[in-house]
Amino acid sequence: MGAPDGQRDGAGGSTPQRPFSRTVAAIPPSGIRKFFDLAQSMQGVISLGVGEPDFPTPWSAREAAIHALEHGATTYTSNSGLLPLREAITDDLADRYGVRYRAEDECLVTSGVSEGLDLTLRALLNPGDEVIVPEPCYVAYQPCVAFAGGIPVPVALDPGDAYRLDPAIIGAAVTENTKAILFGSPSNPTGSAQSAGDLEALAALAREHDLWLLSDEIYDRLTYHGIHTPVAASAPERTVTLGGFSKSYAMTGWRVGYVCAPEPLAQLMHRIHQYTMLCAPHMSQIAALEAMRTAQDDVEEMVADYDRRRRLFSKGLDELGLTCPVPGGAFYVFPSIASTGMTSEEFAEGLLTQEKVAVVPGNVFGPSGEGHVRCSYATALSQLEQALERIARFIA
Amino acid sequence: MREILTVLESDAHASAERIATLTGIDEATVREHIAAWEASGVIRRYKAVVDWDRFGDERVTAFVDVTVAPERGRGFDDVAERIARFREIRAVHLVSGAQDLRVEVEGASMKEVADFVAQKLSGIDRVTATTTHFLLRRYKDDGQLLTDPEPDQRLSVTP
Repeated sequence: MGAPDGQRDGAGGSTPQRPFSRTVAAIPPSGIRKFFDLAQSMQGVISLGVGEPDFPTPWSAREAAIHALEHGATTYTSNSGLLPLREAITDDLADRYGVRYRAEDECLVTSGVSEGLDLTLRALLNPGDEVIVPEPCYVAYQPCVAFAGGIPVPVALDPGDAYRLDPAIIGAAVTENTKAILFGSPSNPTGSAQSAGDLEALAALAREHDLWLLSDEIYDRLTYHGIHTPVAASAPERTVTLGGFSKSYAMTGWRVGYVCAPEPLAQLMHRIHQYTMLCAPHMSQIAALEAMRTAQDDVEEMVADYDRRRRLFSKGLDELGLTCPVPGGAFYVFPSIASTGMTSEEFAEGLLTQEKVAVVPGNVFGPSGEGHVRCSYATALSQLEQALERIARFIA
Repeated sequence: MREILTVLESDAHASAERIATLTGIDEATVREHIAAWEASGVIRRYKAVVDWDRFGDERVTAFVDVTVAPERGRGFDDVAERIARFREIRAVHLVSGAQDLRVEVEGASMKEVADFVAQKLSGIDRVTATTTHFLLRRYKDDGQLLTDPEPDQRLSVTP
């Protein structure tokens, strides 16, 4: 593990003194890292900082993958992914979203939504193209736009308005260089799920300015106020739907997701994917297909469980004066800590060192996340109750 | 309303207040429903799922397949009810297949269970044969895995 500019042992001298990629070097590391390192160094921490389910993958999917390994599913698949899986994905989207993508050439199985997002941006952007990124948002959105040669244009959403995707705020940021709007609903970190009306208006805005809508729908199954509203239903011709199995089916470590887009764009993504990733892991694709076929009851149970924790935890925070709109989706609450007078970093660091509860400061998700912290309730009820007691002690 | 029962089924200790918080149903309504269900028998009783092996108790359980000559006009009901009344019997089910009833017998020792089957169960009128399977180990009971839970392997802070 040599530092990039350090001396290596043995022959050869120093690494080349030529500069690294300026684009990459200009992006700071994720602000989450610092809290991870701090939390790792401590014992007895209750972590509300985890962005993944606390359930293991449903057994039927795990068992299918074990069986697949025993029977030799250790090879590449077609670049696009196993056809039965793509058919299951497109049928599912037709059913739940009311949008019919073609399994043959409009659906690509990727190594998680992360790869799907990277492919989308690389296939779409030319140098100088702007992508509007409403924030607070998932930490990877802006860096991925920059890595692809684009210019991320963060747009602050209003916490007082439950971080609504207000088309007026978004519209004010459109320039002649704007190519796309990138957002997630339900949102990490705020947990807010956008309304059908706002998404309809956003689609109209995109149509007016001829923009793409890049929609991260990884939390689409985790909604608590009725059914998920996809933006693709309003503007299928200009929407890229990014989805996956990580959150719905508790399959984060399998690295399998998908991207569905109109055919010409999907084919360009396919071109990058075939040269870089080749395919998503074969055994993971088999597990994902089995999950779609047999784990619907597991999903329902997990969602019902998150829903109970969501109610308990947001009520508890509210009683402590850390107000938050009851989140409509995902497994995050994003309470305001204004009543404590602390910055979000001070709050998160103090809470971790004094009371051993890990949360993520809101400012790592964008400047308008300042004054908030992200708490994940993908944690056992008993842990959430203990965490509430500790937070109460901390702010007392 | 189903949600109230779901919570109680996994935690019989849950108070009405807690159930109200978890389900978003108001507390008075929760109380009313629980009282009605207790009265009507939807809620049969509140129990703990105990792993007696882990406690250190050595109990012996056997599943006994019982063949019965059914009674004219009454089928299996009379015999099944007669068997079910014994304290040693934990469960009685009428099943399809080669035998008729599958019953669960519990005792302090293998001898106690064997004596019960030989002297009581086989001696009941219309019981024509029994096949006894002693339970060796429980892995899952009442929908609850009895093996150790999988450790949480998640990193403590992730995006």
